[in-house]
Amino acid sequence: MATILTVDDSPSMRQMIRMTLEPAGHSVIEAGDGAQGLAKAQASRPDMVITDLNMPVMNGLDLIRALRKQPTLTGLPIVFLTTESSDGAKQEAKSAGATGWITKPFVPAQLLAVVGKLVRS
Amino acid sequence: MSFADATAVFRQEASELLEVLEGTLLDLGLRPHDKDLVDTAFRALHTIKGSGAMFGFDKVAAFTHEFETAFDRVRKGEIVPTQELIAVALAAKDYIRALIETPDETDTIIGDAILGDLTQFVAPRAATAEPTATATVAAPMQANRPAGWKLYLEFEQHVLRNGSNPLDLLEDLCKLGPCFAVPLTDAIPLLDEIEPEDCYLKWDVTLHCDCDRSAIDDVFMFVCDEMKLRMTPLTQTDVAPQVVSLGQDMVVQNALIQDVDVQDEPAVTVVVEAPAIVPEQGPVAPSPVAATPAELATPAAAKVRREEPKRSDERAVATVRVQAERLDELMDRVGELVIAQARLSQLAATSADLSIKMIAEEIERLAGSLRDTTMGARMVPIGSLFGRFRRLVHDLSRDLGKPVEFVTSGEDTELDKTMIECLADPLVHLIRNAIDHGIEDTAARTAAGKTESGRIELQAVHSGAQVLVTVRDNGGGLNTARIRAKAEEQGLIAPGATLSDSDIHQFLFHPGFSTAQTISALSGRGVGMDVVKRTIENMRGSIDLSTRPGQGTTVTLRLPLTLAIIEGLLIRVGEGRYIIPLSAVEECVELTPEDQRSRGRSFLNVRGSLVPFLRLRELLHVNAAADPHQKTIIISTGECRVGLVADQIIGSHQTVIKSLSKLHSDVTIFSGATILGDGTAALILDVAQLVALAQAKAEKQMNEAA
Repeated sequence: MATILTVDDSPSMRQMIRMTLEPAGHSVIEAGDGAQGLAKAQASRPDMVITDLNMPVMNGLDLIRALRKQPTLTGLPIVFLTTESSDGAKQEAKSAGATGWITKPFVPAQLLAVVGKLVRS
Repeated sequence: MSFADATAVFRQEASELLEVLEGTLLDLGLRPHDKDLVDTAFRALHTIKGSGAMFGFDKVAAFTHEFETAFDRVRKGEIVPTQELIAVALAAKDYIRALIETPDETDTIIGDAILGDLTQFVAPRAATAEPTATATVAAPMQANRPAGWKLYLEFEQHVLRNGSNPLDLLEDLCKLGPCFAVPLTDAIPLLDEIEPEDCYLKWDVTLHCDCDRSAIDDVFMFVCDEMKLRMTPLTQTDVAPQVVSLGQDMVVQNALIQDVDVQDEPAVTVVVEAPAIVPEQGPVAPSPVAATPAELATPAAAKVRREEPKRSDERAVATVRVQAERLDELMDRVGELVIAQARLSQLAATSADLSIKMIAEEIERLAGSLRDTTMGARMVPIGSLFGRFRRLVHDLSRDLGKPVEFVTSGEDTELDKTMIECLADPLVHLIRNAIDHGIEDTAARTAAGKTESGRIELQAVHSGAQVLVTVRDNGGGLNTARIRAKAEEQGLIAPGATLSDSDIHQFLFHPGFSTAQTISALSGRGVGMDVVKRTIENMRGSIDLSTRPGQGTTVTLRLPLTLAIIEGLLIRVGEGRYIIPLSAVEECVELTPEDQRSRGRSFLNVRGSLVPFLRLRELLHVNAAADPHQKTIIISTGECRVGLVADQIIGSHQTVIKSLSKLHSDVTIFSGATILGDGTAALILDVAQLVALAQAKAEKQMNEAA
């Protein structure tokens, strides 16, 4: 179905996302930080990006801003992971250009719902 | 991949993160104002919290959340991380580890106590209870569910650029129930002003469903602050005429697409009138906070993270577990391959066939990189081990009330993984000894005119085929007289026997030997040094003690690099060929006739500095005539430089280190042997020994001169 790039410095989180999305028929690409994520997004043009915000090398906000500047990736849905229940992080990421967010912890159904919401076959 | 596997991954990851956290906290103790450190610590906490919650470690997540909350104030610069705060933070970190590793045995009372301590350092918060992240938006159930909703949607122009698609959202609305969407086209500019990526349409939507407000909010959850959304409930009376007037439920999607594509005017007029009936009482979404172009264009807050935080990140790289025997086997094969390749190269060198030469070169290159990769797989920088001791020193220094400065160097020195694990315990003993016995208490130090805080250096250095790990303190040094008295008391030596100081110091390695007057919880129980010695010797290493009264003690562990293949410099002295580890070679210079003449004094003038040198021909008792132009290879152990005079420098050589047999264990100037391409053996010179030898010789000459 769709190709989804997950950018997170936590391997377990990436694995969790992979374990949720692959059985649903999506293929998952992983990147360990923002810079890698940007490179992989450029290289493999995913249908959607799921990124953590707090990462080394290039954080999620910078990644979102950088992705939004890519002419070839216009309109790419970008979802960020957040544990903040406050709106500060959400606002910041939204104004950086994020499409949506997923609040950690989430259950697989929530993740699938968000993916289904933003990625159409 | 099962969930259990994923949990194991989380444990592994959390353990790495906790190590990073610990290192960062300790660094923070030294540089409390380093913002990067705070960020690194915060990031580690944040990830543990997030992943912990994902994998069902609820206690971890909850505790880390509180920890993070406290630490957030540090991040915001509201409080400075004091030593006390860091001590509590370290305890908190330990508690998190316990929660992850032994959740059943870990008492939450400890956690509560730590949290209590933590909150001492941060201002009390009115309410720590935040709505949990999982809580879904609980919309108040409405007593009377409306028959449907009347919606007005107006998106911001840039909504498409941020990846939201209004069409998708309308589709989602359709899933809730029969739905009529009518686009309002009045905002569409003239064709030449249209930005293709902007959204100009607005919609009026009539949705027939018995869903409540939150279901619709859910549809627009990601865009609700980038749009105007007006919701008004439809009453039964609203519904009836509409359904009648429109006759039937159209297939909404078709209608929608039609509308969008064709801009069907009449359809607009029909429905547009309908909403006017309904008084607009729904809440109007607050004016959206638009991202100004300037904000969007703001380049990433360009703070380049380097140095410390990066290093700690590197320290905890992700790992794959492979059985050690497999790596051993692989290394053996690579060793054989390298020797076979050397023979091939030798053969190719004498062959006139160009294609053979090319293949030989290719194989040499491949064998070289295969060797490096294989070595790399087994080798771990010793820094991972050193990191653990910082905590040990920190805690010991606090418990004993002896301020200690802990300096490490050579963290990048790589050692076999299994060896690193074996080294942990001996080093713990040595460092404990250094703090407990070595470093004097503050009063004694001040009396002796020393700095108030002691200094312990932990150093790792490559030395040919060996790695030297030294633990050096600047404490009082060994009390030779007391060791001697103790040895006499235990009947190890006859009273009055003549023994050199270093022989006396060897008793420290005797099982059950302790000179500590009081047995503390840390050391002095007489187990330790003998165990240390045995462990090191089991690794085919050796341990040396040197001490200067009043100035401190240095313990040096010499460890072999097992199975190592090194890059060596092949030289010839007379007929024999020898290898010098290339890592120790600084430069090669010609031995000038002037240097040649200085028979008595063995000093070389290298660009103004005097470097002692050794004639390998003399050292190795080579009788053949010397080459007219002898070369000097300057080698270095990092501290001092020494020149070695050889007949010829042949070139670099991939050296598979074979250890010497027991018969040769007395030969100190060689650390091993290797097999050359032609099948002959070459001995590997021990750089550390040669440097020491030359230094001793130079010192002797200086003394004689003086």
